[in-house]
Amino acid sequence: MENIRFDLITALPEIVVLGMAMVILLLDLFLKPSSRMVIYALSQLTLFVAAYMTLTTHTQSVGYAFTGAFVDDAMSDILKLMIYLGTSLIFVYSRAYIQIRNMFRGEFYALVLFSMAGMMIMVSGQSLLTLYIGLELLSLSLYALVALDRDNARATEAAMKYFVLGALASGMLLYGMSMVYGMTGSLNISDIDHALMQGTYYRSVLILGLVFIVAGMAFKLGAVPFQMWVPDVYEGSPTAMTMLIGSVPKIAALAFIIRILVQALPTLSVDWQQMLMIMAVLSIIVGNVTAIAQTNLKRMLAYSTISHVGFVLFGLFSASLNGVVSSLFYIASYVLMSVAGFGIIMLLSRKGFEADRLDDLKGLNQRNPWFAFMMLIVMFSMAGIPPTLGFYAKFTVLQAALQAGFVWLVVFAVLMAVIGAFYYLRIIKLMYFDEPTDHHQIQAPLDMQVVLSGNALALLVMGLMPQTLISICAYAIIKSLG
Amino acid sequence: MVDFFTQHILSFAIWLPILAGVLVLFTSDDRKPDLTRWLALIGSVASFAVTIPLYTQFNFADGGFQFQEGFQWIQSFNINYHLGADGIAVPLILLTSFTTIIVVIAAWEVIERRVAQYMASFLIMSGLMIGVFSALDAILYYVFWEAMLIPMFLVIGVWGGQNRVYATIKFFLYTLLGSLLMLVAFIYLFHKTGSFEIVDYYRFPMPLEVQVLIFLAFFAAFAVKIPMWPVHTWLPDAHVEAPTGGSVVLAAIALKLGGYSFLRFAMPIAPDAAHHLSGLMITLSLIAIVYIALVALVQKDMKKLIAYSSISHMGFVTLGFFIFNPLGLEGAMVQMISHGFISSAMFLCVGVLYDRVHSRQIEAYGGVANTMPAFAAFAVLFAMANSGLPGTSGFVGEFMVILGAIQVNFWYAFLASFTLIFGAAYTLWMVKRVFYGEIANDHVAELKDLNKREFLILAILALLVLGLGVYPEPLTDMTNATVTQLLSHLSQSKLEVVTPVNTGF
Repeated sequence: MENIRFDLITALPEIVVLGMAMVILLLDLFLKPSSRMVIYALSQLTLFVAAYMTLTTHTQSVGYAFTGAFVDDAMSDILKLMIYLGTSLIFVYSRAYIQIRNMFRGEFYALVLFSMAGMMIMVSGQSLLTLYIGLELLSLSLYALVALDRDNARATEAAMKYFVLGALASGMLLYGMSMVYGMTGSLNISDIDHALMQGTYYRSVLILGLVFIVAGMAFKLGAVPFQMWVPDVYEGSPTAMTMLIGSVPKIAALAFIIRILVQALPTLSVDWQQMLMIMAVLSIIVGNVTAIAQTNLKRMLAYSTISHVGFVLFGLFSASLNGVVSSLFYIASYVLMSVAGFGIIMLLSRKGFEADRLDDLKGLNQRNPWFAFMMLIVMFSMAGIPPTLGFYAKFTVLQAALQAGFVWLVVFAVLMAVIGAFYYLRIIKLMYFDEPTDHHQIQAPLDMQVVLSGNALALLVMGLMPQTLISICAYAIIKSLG
Repeated sequence: MVDFFTQHILSFAIWLPILAGVLVLFTSDDRKPDLTRWLALIGSVASFAVTIPLYTQFNFADGGFQFQEGFQWIQSFNINYHLGADGIAVPLILLTSFTTIIVVIAAWEVIERRVAQYMASFLIMSGLMIGVFSALDAILYYVFWEAMLIPMFLVIGVWGGQNRVYATIKFFLYTLLGSLLMLVAFIYLFHKTGSFEIVDYYRFPMPLEVQVLIFLAFFAAFAVKIPMWPVHTWLPDAHVEAPTGGSVVLAAIALKLGGYSFLRFAMPIAPDAAHHLSGLMITLSLIAIVYIALVALVQKDMKKLIAYSSISHMGFVTLGFFIFNPLGLEGAMVQMISHGFISSAMFLCVGVLYDRVHSRQIEAYGGVANTMPAFAAFAVLFAMANSGLPGTSGFVGEFMVILGAIQVNFWYAFLASFTLIFGAAYTLWMVKRVFYGEIANDHVAELKDLNKREFLILAILALLVLGLGVYPEPLTDMTNATVTQLLSHLSQSKLEVVTPVNTGF
């Protein structure tokens, strides 16, 4: 009995989020369309309560629950807090957007909360099965979210693509996991690690399993050569969903990779290091070069995401504690940047107008100098120009790779970053150097304008004082892996 | 309060213009442009005023870093907010804060669109460039160095000419590419020494192959900035398209960032590589001096001509660095400061004409001296200074470098002295075509002479050019101790573990 109580307390934030998602789903049936704000408020409250619980139950030690299938350590707590923050921002930015497009319904909030629960379970997963369940909960909610606007043909197409390819990736992942299970006789992360340390396994089978696992992960993360779905899904989905897909799930995906590769399979690090290295290099090339040719802003950001994923993998393949910390720092910075970037796209859009072409940004400095400046910060941050947070993200990752001895790869990554800077500069060129073609006033709720400004300014402020975020990331990783 | 100020002069010099810039930005939307202008002027004068103690309180006998201050900034990577300035940095800091005033006054009625953003860009840029000159921590330096690109990018792109987008993106990407390679070198040094303190790098011995790679990484960053042949092609584009203020800052200060950084990083961190590659560096410098001067001769656009002339003059600076003697180094320093004044003045002169006629082509003018006698007098003076006439500051630096070069190799000096011929040729030929002869067309006939504002800034610059030409001691006294110390550091090999004589270098 005591065990069950402990289990439940350990997983309390997940339970709250899942419970509230269901409450919202039911409540929506009884609410008039005019009082849907209640649902919005309730969703934000859920995030707040979950954050409160995660904070108050935080201890320095590691707690296991559900017979070791679920873990509550520093990394899970901090990543969850990042996920709450990201999701909360998404709720704020997307409210007006989905209201106008007739998607302001309980389903949206319930599905986002379900997907968030999936991410939380991924972050806390200590067994291959838990990790897989979390991933599926996340993915299935996202497929549904993309297709939420039923009559939108492009969104439906995007959802279909996303689903088919995502299901394939899940299959690969499961296949790989089954091989690891077959070789080690366990699904538990630490048991797998112990079993491999004994050294009695068929290496070739295990490597084959590893290849499938890495491929499946790369699919979810959107790393080359498994990136095909990313641009189409980004472009086709309503911008609110694109923002969700392109931001917080990456945190969960990173946790997933850390749990499996760094915690369960460190014995095979030589092998997965090479795989990640190849994917990192290819992602940076394909992401940066292809982004130049895009005319659609969301598609361009999709390729930009691919290149950012490449940089995250750069930190990971160093296979050092330093490297993992830098990857986490990169992901955290990336989420802040991408949420702000998509937020500005939604800020500029209005009924019947998506503001998702590059040309829609023309002359923004004359229409609205403040938000042009915010977008400027976001773009320079994505390009990695100091004094923005994005610079330190690139800096930490590169220093980790250099510490691991990959000098020439670092030089290569740096050259690619110059190519990448070009398409971010082009956005600034459109905003500042061109004359506006569209003269509509920006109408967005005040709370969104304030939060979005705060979000973008945070990129600048944390660029001047990055120590706090670095310390948080270092704490999370070193307490859990060190 | 006074104590607080004297302990943080450099911080004030950096942050005061930046804060003033942010303040100016809030007077946005062009409703009260005069308020913006006066605010910017007050900000720039105040920023210049806080840098004056750097001269009055400077200890001329000390070649190390003075006015040091700092605290730990990013603990995880041992990055410090560490400032300090030596005899090389202080003159350049003063040049920067002074030039900002000139730029603000020069833009007074000329800039009518988005005045606040224009003024703010220059004020912020001024603070960032002073940051570059005074940072003693590699990452702090890097942050200032890169951040400076952002306002410059906007200045050229928003207020520039026809082809401004091409020019500004080229400028940004060129500079970024070099800088990122430098960042890799910094990170490498960090992992070897565990510190980002520049002074720690000075003491760190390295084998020659490593030094050469590090030197080349720095070279990528600084050669682009100076710019040295063959990576100079962004400069004529950027200069031609930039508004007058942008050209002035680019020529007077931005180019000096590269020269200064050679002395601060590339040479003392990798002294053996600097000696090893000095042949290459001298060759590139001589190509810049001779070949680029010939290129300048055939330009039809006045700004382009001055841009090429800048590259040619900066060739003297790098030549002075890599002949490794006191005359050469001090000459290079004088040349940098002098070129800061002369090139600003030349660009302002072109700006004066451009504001009236809206053309930079030489052939659009002729006989300007008839309608603008006062202006013509200034222009001829600056042209003379640009071609190195004795009595102007342009002569002192070039002459010192040539004297230094002749001690090393007669042919270096021989080739370098061609500049006195070519420089005179391209500058005076331009002056002849623009200012003398018959009045070429109606535009020229309608020209009005300088107004008070233009007269004021040109007169100040003329006094400085003449003053430095006749009496360069205040400047050379300041750099002397630092140059001596730097040369003694450069003469020690860092291949073996050696204990440095001085702690500063």
